[in-house]
Amino acid sequence: MKKTILKKPKGFIDVYKHKAGAEKDRTHYCPGCGHGILHKLIAEAMEDLDIVDDTILISPVGCSVFAYYYFDTGNFQAAHGRAPAVATATSRANPDKVVISYQGDGDLAAIGGNNIIQAANRGENIVVFFVNNAIYGMTGGQMAPTTLEGQVTTTTPYGRNTDTDGYPMKMCEVISQFTAPTYVERVSLHDAPHIRKTRAAVRKALQNAKERKGFQFVEVLSTCPSGWKMDPVKSMEWVKEKMLPLYPLGVYRDKGDEARVINRPVPIMEPATVWEKLGISADADVDFPRGDVPEQYKKMSIRVAGFGGQGIMVTGQALASVALEYGYNVSWLPSYGPEMRGGTANCSVNIQDGVIGAAEAVKPTMLLAMNRPSLEKFEESVVPGGTLIYNSTLIDIEPTRTDIKVFAIPITGMADELGNTRVQSLVNIGAYAAITGAFRVEDIVSLLPKLFKGKKQAIIDLNAKAVKAGFDFVKENF
Amino acid sequence: MADAKYPRSEVNLDKCKGCGLCIAACPKKVLVFSSKLNSKGYHYAEYTGTGCVGCGNCFYNCPEPDAITVYLRNYDPEKEV
Repeated sequence: MKKTILKKPKGFIDVYKHKAGAEKDRTHYCPGCGHGILHKLIAEAMEDLDIVDDTILISPVGCSVFAYYYFDTGNFQAAHGRAPAVATATSRANPDKVVISYQGDGDLAAIGGNNIIQAANRGENIVVFFVNNAIYGMTGGQMAPTTLEGQVTTTTPYGRNTDTDGYPMKMCEVISQFTAPTYVERVSLHDAPHIRKTRAAVRKALQNAKERKGFQFVEVLSTCPSGWKMDPVKSMEWVKEKMLPLYPLGVYRDKGDEARVINRPVPIMEPATVWEKLGISADADVDFPRGDVPEQYKKMSIRVAGFGGQGIMVTGQALASVALEYGYNVSWLPSYGPEMRGGTANCSVNIQDGVIGAAEAVKPTMLLAMNRPSLEKFEESVVPGGTLIYNSTLIDIEPTRTDIKVFAIPITGMADELGNTRVQSLVNIGAYAAITGAFRVEDIVSLLPKLFKGKKQAIIDLNAKAVKAGFDFVKENF
Repeated sequence: MADAKYPRSEVNLDKCKGCGLCIAACPKKVLVFSSKLNSKGYHYAEYTGTGCVGCGNCFYNCPEPDAITVYLRNYDPEKEV
């Protein structure tokens, strides 16, 4: 139906209820801001294409961070420059939706430079509206990658110097280098005829998106009267005189009929389905009945620390894996250097009923120190009344704390006696079982084939001996 | 003979920020700054009352979603639902 009235499009929310402050009937944009013009074109196109309820808009960081105040669509607000990445995920998870990444030049070309390049190269099924006003507006008018040569900004007070600041980035030219994008056009908002062309480009991009035809990129030359320190009408003239010669308008890519719908696998979003695919039951699968665990060992936050290669990670994983079989909630968080062996390594394990908050054992209830630097570094962090297990084979100093329980165990020595230093991890588990009463030796041993899946039976048997040795040592000596 | 009331551009004066883009875009020069101020302290734009051809330039040049409404050439108040 032909329009008889031009009025606030239905793509906008009636009253901007999400907007802070009292002025819920107008935008936060400065007088004459190009964002408002483009917002109106997008809102109108969404209404006319009947996609308002099927659109998810990703708002960036910049003045348009508050785009969600105005558009009556779904919305995610992304970290600076990451809108194309968030749009990618949104689009992949919701392949039937129109996903818009609305970004400014600082956001898109500087901070998110790589994000947009990768999204374009993958041909994600998203629409990017790139508002190029040659400046960082929201932050107070600093130089952006698109700032013109000689342009004065707060960070280029003598004008942009290409020798020190590089050259203005031409994003349409960059994006059109890739094979995947469907439609790439640069338009401008500097006068009424060009706004009509922008309107057509916006509609084309959204129409393509509605048909799921891949990556649409519309660069819109816009104004920042406040950042440029010009009145709005002069700003429009400045776009025409200064920006147009540098940023040629036109269609840089239009695949037209060649554009095709790409059906990508939709990620599984439902936890229950994920568990099913992994063969895990969502119900607590308690295999072992719990023993009589003293109160102080019911909620454990454990730090295991030592050299890389001492089985630190295996100890932590085994603790968590065994505890899981008793129906506890567990977490395991490793922390290590880039080297596989020889560096320092530690991990945090939480074993408790109820929700586990922070996974890192910042204030552990138990420290298992496998070498001297670990004892020195972490001893102070143990909570009063907590437990310290240390490897007395390698640690030749005495712990200084008197308000914690201390168990000196020659872990490395015992493992050596068993014939393989590497079984010290399971000596640790045996010792833990004896101290806390949380695990039974026979339960741990029955889990070893699962923990050491694919290992030879001899290795499994040796580890079973190690568990027993650790358990017995504690029972006999403490 | 069409009703002289239409086509017509209508400025919602309290939503106008006085940027002047509609005035610059009007081919018939029938929009002007008001000598009065609105509640936000802007000299808002207003229609002189005659001469609008309903081109819609002011609507599309206006950055504010709800500051300008344009009743186009084909607008007929009696046919509106």
